[in-house]
Amino acid sequence: MPNIIEVKDLKKSFGRFEAVKGISFSVAQGTTFGFLGPNGAGKSTTVKMLTTLLRPTSGTILIDGHDPATEPDAVRHAFGIVFQDPSLDEDLTAWENMELHGVLYGVPRGTRRARIDELLAFVELDDRRNNYVREFSGGMKRRLEIARGLLHHPKIIFLDEPTLGLDPQTRNHMWEYLGRLNEREGITVFFTTHYMDEADRNADTIAIIDHGAIIASGTGEDLKRQTRKESLEDAFLELTGCDIREEGASGLEHLRMMRRARGR
Amino acid sequence: MPRTIYIMWLRELKKFSRSRSRIVGALGQPILFLLALGYGLGSVFQAAGQGSYIQFLVPGVVGMAIIFTSIFNGMQIIWDRQFGFLKETLVAPVSRVAIMLGRTLGGATVATVQGCIVFALTLALGFHPYSWVLIVPAILIMFLMASLFSAFGLTVATFVSDMQGFQLVMNFLVMPMFFLSGALFPLANIPLLLRILATVDPLSYGVDGMRALLIDTPHFGIAADVTILLAITTLLLAIGSFVFSRLQV
Repeated sequence: MPNIIEVKDLKKSFGRFEAVKGISFSVAQGTTFGFLGPNGAGKSTTVKMLTTLLRPTSGTILIDGHDPATEPDAVRHAFGIVFQDPSLDEDLTAWENMELHGVLYGVPRGTRRARIDELLAFVELDDRRNNYVREFSGGMKRRLEIARGLLHHPKIIFLDEPTLGLDPQTRNHMWEYLGRLNEREGITVFFTTHYMDEADRNADTIAIIDHGAIIASGTGEDLKRQTRKESLEDAFLELTGCDIREEGASGLEHLRMMRRARGR
Repeated sequence: MPRTIYIMWLRELKKFSRSRSRIVGALGQPILFLLALGYGLGSVFQAAGQGSYIQFLVPGVVGMAIIFTSIFNGMQIIWDRQFGFLKETLVAPVSRVAIMLGRTLGGATVATVQGCIVFALTLALGFHPYSWVLIVPAILIMFLMASLFSAFGLTVATFVSDMQGFQLVMNFLVMPMFFLSGALFPLANIPLLLRILATVDPLSYGVDGMRALLIDTPHFGIAADVTILLAITTLLLAIGSFVFSRLQV
């Protein structure tokens, strides 16, 4: 199977702080890839670089054969994304959020309207299509974001901690949707999570990033065998240690905040 | 590109038409200024041989409605940043310039509508333009001003990441621009420093343009007003498109 995501020696520094220190990995087309790591390890920074939101300091990325630095729009057509925090317009209805996305991505009107109906039914929100998003619960917003991310027929869907703050029922439901999608449309799923059981159950391959470097990768079984642990959670803790990473995370967050408004 | 501009424009209109409290709230301040200052200082103004202060003040309060609405609207991008919607537009495969233009035009349309509502209220309160036909070009001047300040608001807001920054901009940029323009007083025979400040204040030209068309008492002249407004709007759109295209989250 060809690799739909190809990353080589990717680096990102914020001032003197190296958030991502030359990582390389690849994701095969049509597979589900779990990208794990403690807080502040460089997960979100990597996802932002893959999705054209942040320019890498050095290294190369190929998404569906295109480089985000030189062909951002080709890359943007190739993926859909569900961000860690909601990114819906709360003053618009569910349908209007979908429509706006479809227009931005240049989906022709006929296809767009049909696809919106289909996807809203798929995430079981078709009866709420004309409700304002601000009236939605966290789980409903997440479902709508998944539907929106799929509207333009992307080849890859990025999910940055998609199940954060959702109850187990909603979480299971979500993975059921994603599994069906993966089967039906052959879509590649790239996700980050803090729930190890979720990663073990759903990911075909996993990479663990810590302090900006990839420290282990393989299937869930590989990682457990490598560390001689029973569960992925124990394997993860064995690999990344038990220190709490709040300091690093807040330091990076602070840097991000300072950098956020301005370019490079 | 046109469809991106259109959908971003439409979004601004929908959001505006859905927040009735905002529409009504934005009427209060200009009307209060018109009533308090217009009637309060009217006799002093008249005694100084300057004619009716209410007549003079109407273009000023319409300008006030426009500058506040359009900058507020432009700065909504701070909310979009906080509530995440900005990222949705930044990962979309469209030019950032188109997004910036759509938002600017949307904000400008909204502010022009707001300016027209204030203007209609002043008509009800007794304002009489010297020519009814010239109201049409006056609305075009409103739209030009609104585009200018929408682009200004958007550009400034890309540098600001929180609500405190928004307050700062309102207090140290927008309020001075309003008070130092010719919105409240004639620009003839004022101290040099104030005259210099009013001359570099883009709002002065918008208000002056409306005065030229509505009450036929221009200071700079309509040709100068339109030229300068067009030039500054173009410049701000260029700067705004540039900073917007560099935006990372």
